[in-house]
Amino acid sequence: MSATSESPFSSTEIADEGLKPEEYLEIVRRLGRHPNKAELGMFGVMWSEHCCYKNSRPLLKQFPTEGDRILVGPGENAGVVDLGDGLQLAFKIESHNHPSAIEPFQGAATGVGGILRDIFTMGARPIALLNSLRFGSLEDARTRRLFNGVVSGISHYGNCVGVPTVGGEVYFDPAYSGNPLVNVMALGLMETEEIVKSGAAGIGNPVLYVGSTTGRDGMGGASFASAELSDESEQDRPAVQVGDPFLEKSLIEACLEAFKTGAVVAAQDMGAAGITCSTSEMAAKGGVGIELDLDLIPVRETGMVPYEYLLSESQERMLFVAHKGREQELIDIFHRWGLHAVVAGTVISEPIVRILFEGEVAAQIPAEALAENTPLYHRELLTEPPEYARQASKWASASLPNCTPDGIEIAKHFQTWNDILLTLLDSPTIASKRWVYRQYDHQVQNNTVILPGGADAAVIRLRPSDPLQNPLNTGAQRGDRQQGVAATVDCNPRYVYLDPYEGAKAVVAEAARNLSCVGAEPLAVTDNLNFGSPEKPVGYWQLAEACRGLAEACRELKTPVTGGNVSLYNETLDSAGQPQPIYPTPVVGMVGLIPDLNRICGQGWLAEGDLIYLLGRPLEEQEGVTLGCSEYLAIIHGTVAGAPPLVEFDLERSVQSTCRDGIRQGWVRSAHDCAEGGLAIALAEACISSQLGAEINLGLASDQLQRWDQVLFGECGARIVVSVSLDNQIAWESYLNQQLGNNWQKIGSVENADTPLRVSTADNYSLIKVRIEDISDRYYNAIPKRLAL
Amino acid sequence: MKFGVVVFPGSNCDRDVAYVTRDLLYQSTRMVWHEETDISDLDVVVIPGGFSYGDYLRCGAIARFSPVMQQVLEHAREGKFVLGICNGFQVLTEAGLLPGVLMRNRDLHFICDRVPIKVESTNLPWTQAYSPEQIITLPIAHGEGQFYCDQQTLSQLETNGQVLFRYESENPNGSINNIAGICNRQGNVLGMMPHPERASDARLGSTDGLKLFQGLLKRVEALAQL
Repeated sequence: MSATSESPFSSTEIADEGLKPEEYLEIVRRLGRHPNKAELGMFGVMWSEHCCYKNSRPLLKQFPTEGDRILVGPGENAGVVDLGDGLQLAFKIESHNHPSAIEPFQGAATGVGGILRDIFTMGARPIALLNSLRFGSLEDARTRRLFNGVVSGISHYGNCVGVPTVGGEVYFDPAYSGNPLVNVMALGLMETEEIVKSGAAGIGNPVLYVGSTTGRDGMGGASFASAELSDESEQDRPAVQVGDPFLEKSLIEACLEAFKTGAVVAAQDMGAAGITCSTSEMAAKGGVGIELDLDLIPVRETGMVPYEYLLSESQERMLFVAHKGREQELIDIFHRWGLHAVVAGTVISEPIVRILFEGEVAAQIPAEALAENTPLYHRELLTEPPEYARQASKWASASLPNCTPDGIEIAKHFQTWNDILLTLLDSPTIASKRWVYRQYDHQVQNNTVILPGGADAAVIRLRPSDPLQNPLNTGAQRGDRQQGVAATVDCNPRYVYLDPYEGAKAVVAEAARNLSCVGAEPLAVTDNLNFGSPEKPVGYWQLAEACRGLAEACRELKTPVTGGNVSLYNETLDSAGQPQPIYPTPVVGMVGLIPDLNRICGQGWLAEGDLIYLLGRPLEEQEGVTLGCSEYLAIIHGTVAGAPPLVEFDLERSVQSTCRDGIRQGWVRSAHDCAEGGLAIALAEACISSQLGAEINLGLASDQLQRWDQVLFGECGARIVVSVSLDNQIAWESYLNQQLGNNWQKIGSVENADTPLRVSTADNYSLIKVRIEDISDRYYNAIPKRLAL
Repeated sequence: MKFGVVVFPGSNCDRDVAYVTRDLLYQSTRMVWHEETDISDLDVVVIPGGFSYGDYLRCGAIARFSPVMQQVLEHAREGKFVLGICNGFQVLTEAGLLPGVLMRNRDLHFICDRVPIKVESTNLPWTQAYSPEQIITLPIAHGEGQFYCDQQTLSQLETNGQVLFRYESENPNGSINNIAGICNRQGNVLGMMPHPERASDARLGSTDGLKLFQGLLKRVEALAQL
């Protein structure tokens, strides 16, 4: 068969593999012949956005990826940072959006399984999970079903596998109705001496298939994940995998044990595109080839053809390259854990992936063609912002009704600031996520220092696991270490939607701020880019602008990107065939180091009588504070418009470092950043977390201002509310003067549990006065109440 | 005192228990693989939380047939200590060392939380370090923790003082008589849904669970002095 002969595939068959006609021609050019069905399928998955980033790669290049603490950057299964003292942390984020839209329980569960494999494939023991979830409105029955399913799926898998789910975020917005976002981040502590890499090496070395069996589940999931969802997507359910967390738990133990023998040369988990991806990536990275015999692969069904073996996304499987002669040692370990382990292939010198089936060559492709030298699309960037963004940026707070110190009249209905505070606390995006995290085991492994809901970031103690070879403790392994790690996942998608560049910068700044609020030094980032179709000019503009913003902010805040995940085509087609794009959502997962776990803090006040400070621009200035893009504007006025607050990196850095230093000096006893809902919500949350009241004086006269809503609920970066004991007032304030100049303000004091949260003007006029019981009730019941419908 | 922590495939609180007994209490501790057939060196066997063998079929139903469980039965018969925590409690009821069953939580959701627990009696080694009727806070983390048994068994448990731990105020999972932990008639086998090992390290905010292990140590010290 020559390359010029007629294609054996119809254009529909080619399109069914997710390939474009010009991509097919490129395949023919590279092979020098037409591919067979199995090969076509292999190219289809490997050239999907999910696997090869053909749309986003040029944009990802601008991210800073190097730094003193970065041991492994993008390109491996996970990033690794050096925490000092011999401790190394692997971490990564991944999405499972499309599967979760179709089958929420299994979609979310296997998302957890997949990201955990990325971590332990490196030789790290998973120590924590976080998740970033987005759904439509809870008033909609389908959203409630998706929300319930996703949370149960994460709960099912994470709890069983024994990795605590310690934090995360959940947003609700109609923009995600048909296309929820499920992003899961995992952290692991290196347990092997060397970081296990994925490049195959050593001609003649055996290739081992380990873990679970291969079946027809999850066929072509990567291609499915790289296309728009439609009404017909429900029929793609076979593309959703089914997970078994019990097998994964055994796989973690067996893999870590196997790596410690030193008999493993390289390892790669089988995630998207299963056997195809793992063989071609291992071969391409090592500059060698792999020959694999499908007849040796343990199966869970009969009658499978090569195409099915190669594209199966059955879960809990891995591919190892072992040192020749030591394969039995490894096989024994896996058998002891009740797992499959077989020698299924060999490393070969010719840089090709050769697949054997029933004694014949079923597929033979240059590894590079599949995994490295993949297609790349440079797209035209809009020269100016699209119409929707230009319109939105014209919005100004002057278009809102006037307000007074008592409240605001909206559509002939007068609402006090108390009413508005209570309404915002009842908004599911702001409200407590207790209903969610109560279903996740967040304490297993005995290292969770701050429980979910207790602080702006999760805090985990770093305690290297000990195989317990010594029945008696020698002291070296005792829990004497003081270091901890903090982690957060963040993205305010409304900011990014209205201004992708500024919005993305704000995402990174907020993640770093959240870490600083627990006393952690921000170290590095893993990002999950959830966007619409890049083939549409607006979609590509959002992606490109957001990447530019992320790159700049990561450079400014010295938090390099160590890898991540790209999920495009997050749009659903409604029954009329109209695409419904999601908000562009670049989720940033950030990790930080805590040198001393005795010096951390939560978001709730600690003790009555403590003084409350606002770090950041004083309230009088109101510069940088905006109602544009705010939760207040969206929830109370039903308006999504305006420009997001601009990030001022100098101020951001100094506010964050002052907060961290204050915590490390033992002065700052609680810290909470002002995010959605602004200052008033931050104060309310600090009261709710501690069940203590607060007396706040804004220092502004009641006739001094027009827009009280902007003072109370306006949003801006570089703002942290902290509390400090009276004993440390002098030292703390002198430090503040030195570090922040005028950019701080004492705003009040912590009161006892029976005292309300009161926010007043300089002339002692009450703007807000709410009982802690009432705000807690709204905050904790907002989500359960909506689910009880 | 020598502790053994049973490791089934799917156990996931095994290291947490060993951390407490070995690293916090300095007791000799070893992991016991589910296929082991000799555990005569141990004073206390702990069956930890997790999802033994994936908890397929029914929680603890498969673990019951494992080789090590025959040894645990013998260990209990000799009057030595057996502690089942969470999944371990489920395994002990399946194995017949403790009465009753653990069903899915009342609201069908997994619950991870810290709940108030009343220590009912303090005349056994397990609870002797607590004060009578003391209210402590312990972490729970289970999907199937609703204890149930027939009326006759229940009245026996109550009459014999076998209920050692009871949920105070709100009952999180619908357990009959608010039961959180019970022991056998002899008092040497304890099963409980709350996780004392998760409340043993001051660094993590609570040590309400440590006294359970300390109570055992006191008992053994007392025996050693006889």
